[in-house]
Amino acid sequence: MKILGLIAVMLTGSLLLYATGDFPAWSDPASPAHRHVSPHYIEHSLHETAVPNIVTAVLADYRGFDTMFETTVIFCAGVVCFFLLRRPKRSPHREWQYRHVATGITVRVKDPGKKPPALKEFERIDTLWTPHDLIIETACRILIPFIQLFALYVIAHGHHSPGGGFQGGVILGASVILLAISHDLRTALARMSEEIHAVLCSVGVLIYAGAGALCMVLGFNFLDYGALAHILHVDPVTARSHGILIVEIGVGLAVMATMVWIYSNISSKGNYDEGL
Amino acid sequence: MIWQLDLIILTLVVLSAIGAVAVKDLLGSAILFGAYSFMMCLLWAIMGAVDVAFTEASVGAGVSTVFFVAAVFRTTRRTKD
Repeated sequence: MKILGLIAVMLTGSLLLYATGDFPAWSDPASPAHRHVSPHYIEHSLHETAVPNIVTAVLADYRGFDTMFETTVIFCAGVVCFFLLRRPKRSPHREWQYRHVATGITVRVKDPGKKPPALKEFERIDTLWTPHDLIIETACRILIPFIQLFALYVIAHGHHSPGGGFQGGVILGASVILLAISHDLRTALARMSEEIHAVLCSVGVLIYAGAGALCMVLGFNFLDYGALAHILHVDPVTARSHGILIVEIGVGLAVMATMVWIYSNISSKGNYDEGL
Repeated sequence: MIWQLDLIILTLVVLSAIGAVAVKDLLGSAILFGAYSFMMCLLWAIMGAVDVAFTEASVGAGVSTVFFVAAVFRTTRRTKD
């Protein structure tokens, strides 16, 4: 079976390599892709959308419908992870482990029936992942605000430089994941609970689709941001630029919430109690 | 485009791809997959597709590696085959 698989992979690979010979040369100006739509984007995207970064203009305006369903795919991934992994009932505990905050001594409580009282001097730690490092915790605590600031910059500055909703949303989600890794999952969930993940995930897609539907209500095509000119009190070209920013914020929210949602489901086996 | 740099990165892409499939340790496989993503990111940046490189670096090399490590943490570290 293994040899059969290897032969199939080799055949497909060599076919693909053979097919690349028919491709036009790299950056060939006479290739079909560079003849029909690309000149229009390069020549007209700046005065049609007021966005200097052509990639953002194509992604969120000319091909906005495509990007909306990409966001929907990410939303579906989060929801599927939730339905596959989430266990509504918490698994019964056999023991709890606590750490004395001042001295760092670990205390193990073996009492299956009773839950120990919440004390300020003791903080709960995971039974599987016990090492505690002050340097990592402090370094991550200093680092996380800057990562989040950079993520907001990436989302807001996607009009002028590489970046946008997807990248910024992933970086924003990664900062929350870093908090979960450096402390524990409960610390991250105390700041951003499961309900917020689910709500933000849907709100992001709703902002995107809502911006499109609003244009339709105002008598234009779906996702034709020029319609927002009357609401935002700007000329139609600037309205397109603002419309792109609105949908990028929607994408960023959806992607951030989905990343954290998937991570907390995977790392805690779906019971949201003890995670990586 | 410097062809020597291109060749080195392409070799590393192929090596890390083969390594990610061949290694028995799944944690090592996840890390090799992250290295593969990072090398692809460098290739995109060399070809001038900076937006794609940015996405590859944040999604491929960053978050998906974390997902793989979390999945390995919750399952097993050794493969059966």
